[in-house]
Amino acid sequence: MPEIRVTPLGAGQDVGRSCILVSIGGKNVMLDCGMHMGFNDDRRFPDFSYITRNGRLTDFLDCVIISHFHLDHCGALPYFSEMVGYDGPIYMTHPTQAICPILLEDYRKIAVDKKGEANFFTSQMIKDCMKKVVAVRLHQTVQVDEELQIKAYYAGHVLGAAMFQIKVGSESVVYTGDYNMTPDRHLGAAWIDKCRPNLLITESTYATTIRDSKRCRERDFLKKVHETVERGGKVLIPVFALGRAQELCILLETFWERMNLKAPIYFSTGLTEKANHYYKLFITWTNQKIRKTFVQRNMFEFKHIKAFDRAFADNPGPMVVFATPGMLHAGQSLQIFRKWAGNEKNMVIMPGYCVQGTVGHKILSGQRKLEMEGRQVLEIRMQVEYMSFSAHADAKGIMQLVGQAEPESVLLVHGEAKKMEFLKQKIEQEFRVNCYMPANGETVTLPTSPSIPVGISLGLLKREMAQGLLPDAKKPRLLHGTLIMKDSNFRLVSSEQALKELGLAEHQLRFTCRVHLHDSRKEQETAMRVYSHLKSLLKDHCVQHLPDGSVTVESILIQAAAHSEDPGTKVLLVSWTYQDEELGSYLTSLLKKGLPPAPSGGS
Amino acid sequence: MAAHLKKRVYEEFTKVVQEEVTTKKLRLTKPSKSAALHIDLCKATSPADALQYLLQFARKPVEAESVEGVVRILLEHYYKENDPSVRLKIASLLGLLSKTAGFSPDCIMDDAINILQNEKSHQVLAQLLDTLLAIGTKLSENQAIQMRIVDVACKHLTDTSHGVRNKCLQLLGNLGSLEKSVTKDAEGVAVRDVQKIIGDYFSDQDPRVRTAAIKAMLQLHERGLKLHQTIYNQACKLLSDDYEQVRSAAVQLIWVVSQLYPESIVPIPSSNEEIRLVDDAFGKICHMVSDGSWVVRVQAAKLLGSMEQVSSHFLEQTLDKKLMSDLRRKRTAHERAKELYSSGEFSSGRKWGDDAPKEEVDTGAVNLIQSGACGAFVHGLEDEMYEVRIAAVEALCMLAQSSSSFAEKCLDFLVDMFNDEIEEVRLQSIHTMRKISNNITLREDQLDTILGVLEDSSRDIREALHELLCCANVSTKEGIHLALVELLKNLAKYPTDRDSIWKCLKFLGSRHPTLVLPLVPELLSTHPFFDTAEPDMDDPAYIAVLVLIFNAAKSCPTMPALFSDHTFRHYAYLRDSLSHLVPALRLSGRKLASSAVSPNIMPQEDPSHQFLQQSLERVYSLQHLDPQGTQELLEFTIRDLQRLGELQSELAGVADFSAAYLRCQLLLIKALQEKLWNVAAPLYLKQSDLASAAAKQIMEETYKMEFMYSGVENKQVVIIHHMRLQAKALQLIVTARTTRGVDLLFGMCEKFLQEVDFFQRCFIADLPHLQDSFVDKLLDLMPRLITSKPAEVVKILQTMLRQSTFLHLPLPEQIHKASATIIEPAGESDNPLRFTSGLVVALDVDATLEHVQDPQSTVKVQVLYPDGQAQMIHPKPADFRNPGPGRHRLITQVYLSHTAWTEPCQVEVRLLLAYNSNSRIPKSPWMEGGEISTQAETGIEGTIPFSKSVKVYIMPKPTRR
Repeated sequence: MPEIRVTPLGAGQDVGRSCILVSIGGKNVMLDCGMHMGFNDDRRFPDFSYITRNGRLTDFLDCVIISHFHLDHCGALPYFSEMVGYDGPIYMTHPTQAICPILLEDYRKIAVDKKGEANFFTSQMIKDCMKKVVAVRLHQTVQVDEELQIKAYYAGHVLGAAMFQIKVGSESVVYTGDYNMTPDRHLGAAWIDKCRPNLLITESTYATTIRDSKRCRERDFLKKVHETVERGGKVLIPVFALGRAQELCILLETFWERMNLKAPIYFSTGLTEKANHYYKLFITWTNQKIRKTFVQRNMFEFKHIKAFDRAFADNPGPMVVFATPGMLHAGQSLQIFRKWAGNEKNMVIMPGYCVQGTVGHKILSGQRKLEMEGRQVLEIRMQVEYMSFSAHADAKGIMQLVGQAEPESVLLVHGEAKKMEFLKQKIEQEFRVNCYMPANGETVTLPTSPSIPVGISLGLLKREMAQGLLPDAKKPRLLHGTLIMKDSNFRLVSSEQALKELGLAEHQLRFTCRVHLHDSRKEQETAMRVYSHLKSLLKDHCVQHLPDGSVTVESILIQAAAHSEDPGTKVLLVSWTYQDEELGSYLTSLLKKGLPPAPSGGS
Repeated sequence: MAAHLKKRVYEEFTKVVQEEVTTKKLRLTKPSKSAALHIDLCKATSPADALQYLLQFARKPVEAESVEGVVRILLEHYYKENDPSVRLKIASLLGLLSKTAGFSPDCIMDDAINILQNEKSHQVLAQLLDTLLAIGTKLSENQAIQMRIVDVACKHLTDTSHGVRNKCLQLLGNLGSLEKSVTKDAEGVAVRDVQKIIGDYFSDQDPRVRTAAIKAMLQLHERGLKLHQTIYNQACKLLSDDYEQVRSAAVQLIWVVSQLYPESIVPIPSSNEEIRLVDDAFGKICHMVSDGSWVVRVQAAKLLGSMEQVSSHFLEQTLDKKLMSDLRRKRTAHERAKELYSSGEFSSGRKWGDDAPKEEVDTGAVNLIQSGACGAFVHGLEDEMYEVRIAAVEALCMLAQSSSSFAEKCLDFLVDMFNDEIEEVRLQSIHTMRKISNNITLREDQLDTILGVLEDSSRDIREALHELLCCANVSTKEGIHLALVELLKNLAKYPTDRDSIWKCLKFLGSRHPTLVLPLVPELLSTHPFFDTAEPDMDDPAYIAVLVLIFNAAKSCPTMPALFSDHTFRHYAYLRDSLSHLVPALRLSGRKLASSAVSPNIMPQEDPSHQFLQQSLERVYSLQHLDPQGTQELLEFTIRDLQRLGELQSELAGVADFSAAYLRCQLLLIKALQEKLWNVAAPLYLKQSDLASAAAKQIMEETYKMEFMYSGVENKQVVIIHHMRLQAKALQLIVTARTTRGVDLLFGMCEKFLQEVDFFQRCFIADLPHLQDSFVDKLLDLMPRLITSKPAEVVKILQTMLRQSTFLHLPLPEQIHKASATIIEPAGESDNPLRFTSGLVVALDVDATLEHVQDPQSTVKVQVLYPDGQAQMIHPKPADFRNPGPGRHRLITQVYLSHTAWTEPCQVEVRLLLAYNSNSRIPKSPWMEGGEISTQAETGIEGTIPFSKSVKVYIMPKPTRR
């Protein structure tokens, strides 16, 4: 029984550490290879030993696909390829390929240099790992091997984010990665065609949220920032270096320009320079507005936004600072947060999702006192605001995508279990398709009924067409032919051709049946009576009386003979070939009912 | 002398010969088209050759009388031809030929149908069906032929090629009979149910055929056939088609049906409720606003705007994304879902942790898709493509105009759109807001957002916003104050907006007198005890404040009491200088110049208008004065009119127009007064500068009169043309007097007579009004003129010019002189625009045009280089905007280039009005029907400069090597 098996190693009923194994049509594909922000031990990487206990991963996996450059989707890649050992192809889009190593390097620096972790991957490993990457373009069908093909679709979310369709024969799976159905200031909306996959694996971060119009959100955000700045307060916006940061930068930049504000805007880390460079490069991946106006001015060349220096944090007066990372779990954003947390004039705006266990999650859930390292207690007086700027599709967006792709079943990953539950119910109810939400390590098996293409010879098709009316899409048609299975391909040919090809002689199968009739007349007369009887009944068929006394109906032969024992009974010999089975059996049943009484002299 | 005589004789002789030649030319018969074609086709050795001949043939138009012959030849060749591409071309030619005006294609019919039956190639078949379509459309009166064609189409519907099926459906859509029981003919041809046949092809396997079927159905609707309601369900199924063009067409079809049967009841699937069809269709189209293809989204968003019969609660859902429950089921369910919402079942996305799903009973009631109208506009307005957003804004506008409650609700969304990233969308939403502003009152926070846009750097946006504020309703005095402050800020930032801001404040004041009242002391900074300093009268900001206050004071009699002394003085000054912005106030106890004018004078009785009429009448009635007196009177009147035009801006058009006419007359009289004419023999001297200059000037003036004024009617055009004809006559006479040799004169004579003929043809209807005029007499003498020699013609013309009377120019109702002001470049810069010679530099040109008709084709930009080289630039049609009636703005870029100069120099930039008097000639009918577009009719005959020229300092640098 053909089937598709899906096992999440990460992101099953959870956010972070995305890693999903898919077996389809005998091929094994790993989707994403991320790390978890909330953990600093072994749990931060997926458990690759699940894939194969003792054996090389390369032998088992056909390819790895990375949907976008966020660390929770690609953070474990060097560990996986260099330390665990994988030499097969890794597929990602061009922007992802360009930006991914920067982020990995940044991540490595924080882990190794700041926290002093040992046994972490090295810069060289990142480089080696990136050498295994094969870049794909949007809507380009890439043949991984002869049977497995993948295709990328635009996903919004961040620069270079893509959804991937994985196809083997007629079976296919679509993995969305993270995506966004509403366009923002720098990226467009996700789009997929009606590809009707067997399974759609979709993220469900905002399974229970239906967001307001983005314009209200933007206005709220600008208003909050503006008010704080006018009060003389400082605004901290923890962001990930890439993605939301660029959108918010464009938003603030245009606002500053319009309102003629003077307060400085800073962007932390040198990473931005490099990242913005890539945004300037990959203009084709951005939204309509930026694509259309970049000739006059590239929107990513900011006028008001300057690089941040650590010393600036202590400067008096208002300022806006974008600092990484976005969940306040480490790095510069946490440092600045500690400095500013005590002043109620200041404000921190969390523009995205925060994983459980991070400082960001704690302050958002209302904690006003935080225990920091070294038993320090930090009291938070600054205002904490949450703006849902996260570029994930909301419940309606997810439903919209499901509607667009028309899958046979849906599998939810990258979300919290109880929220998934709600969405699962909705999907099952409204699309009437199965919906799964496996936990990490839990396998979902999906039986499929792949359609098998069969080649038909044109001659046969035309001959069959000529017999009936035009083909009607709604009605199945019966077709006579021979199915030849040879070297795993199937052909339907006419029986004559099949015989010729296989070098076989034609055999005829004949059925013969005897029908006893009470008739005391001579054989010829009986035959005559049978003839006239059949002639009157079968008006559509060609009924003939042959000179040797036998009767034919089409190719069916009927002969009358006297019964050897009982002269009052005549035996009718009915003989037909296998092809005429239908007519033959009909005739026999007809004859078994007996002949009508003869017009002259009743018996 | 003898030599001279000889020469004259010779000239006379040659002239006669010429005349013969010309007549001969006219009688030249055209070679038979069909014969030539036949020869060509027979010559063709290969199909490629034949195709070439046919292509060449197709480039020239064919006259109606020779069509039949050509068709025969083509058909004959068709039968013989084996190559499908040639047959295809012939078929297409047949179609084109049958469209020729004056040719009845019924004779081709039989042949076309005949060859159709034997044709094997699908492409040729499709083309032949197209030909049939052309024939059928031409013979739309003939029922029998139509039925025959429809029969043929039905027969070929089962063809395997999509192209053929497409054409068949198109035929059915265009020709399928409208009434069901027209078979009075004894032939007994059963009228087919076209709708049913077309409907069957909604489920064709080819998406192109499905699209064609829907289009055919829409075509039937357009032709007036009432579509059955059963189509609705079929169309609904097509909404989920895989192909965008099918979905797009299906959306249109659904819209059509919903307009036809708005009140029918349709059941809701999966429940036993029923709703109105228009509501159901509205929900379905709303759903398409989130379709995968943006083409469909645009289509759906556009159509939403015209569905006015939809129930209001459906309409309001379109703005409510959060309302997810399937509202169509029950009214109570609607209420319940709303409660669920307000209790926070769904996260607004602004608070952390409020998005945990509640117990299952509640979630079960929520429907995430299929909720039809829910949030359609919210989606549309934040769509990725600006085309969709614009369509959504337009639709909002249309719906809001028909429902004031909806207008109130959509306000927030429109205000949000003011911050869109694409300027076009912002502009569109501001315009929309203006259109619906009668229905709404702006809240303060909305006003705040709106006013934020005043700082926009785009002038279009700011001006649109001023227009919006002109007709906005503001609810509080703080709002008014806020608006004023922001407008003044705008004024300080962009001083060029002055007029627009003043106008805006004028309306703002007159609409909200009671809100302005409490603000007056603050605005005028008066103090109860102390006198404050008198503000500067020339400060545009102060004028702006006064405009607001005075307009409010007009309907608020208590307000003047709050004014200080200098305010009254300033009022008197502004009432005089800016009379269009400051209304007349009734100020009790004050003796002011303006109060002498009683306010109840109606514009019709305006003394200035009367004055204009009187002075014109005086001129027209006193035409038999002695020449000297006439001249003087004309001069005085022209002077008066010009002055009047300067004083009264609303009469400027009329005054200028009349003055121009009088000036022409004056010039004509002056020219005829010249001594030159008194000499009997031609002098061939350069003495007649004045006369020829006058002729030229009259010509110019007449062109200006004809093309520079908007609102000129036909009766004025006649008079203007008549004046021009006189000028031409004058020119002819002067030439005859001053030029030796008869060659030139002969040509001019010919041309003049042609002009007269042309005049007669164009204005045949108006000739009775021209009693006793120059042309009237001229036409009487026409037969004589044609036969006489040039010298004679000149003599006749001269006497007639002198005897001709002065025609009365009837004044049009509304007449405005076209004018243009170049705002940018300002021409003040001392820094030359440097560029490398040989390359181009782009110069931004920004100009306002007033009262220009069809500026896209007439307005040109001229650049004059110091070396006398002139360059004319045709701006793109998209460079013109239309901010208000009669006003246009030209924002374009002019590319300058020149060879290197040694030092910077100035180039002149000005605007021209191009005209072409030939555009008034009625086109001959066969030209339109021709295969080739008649070219050269949009050519420019001449240009009139109508703006002041601006100097731009440029410096082409030599290229560095």
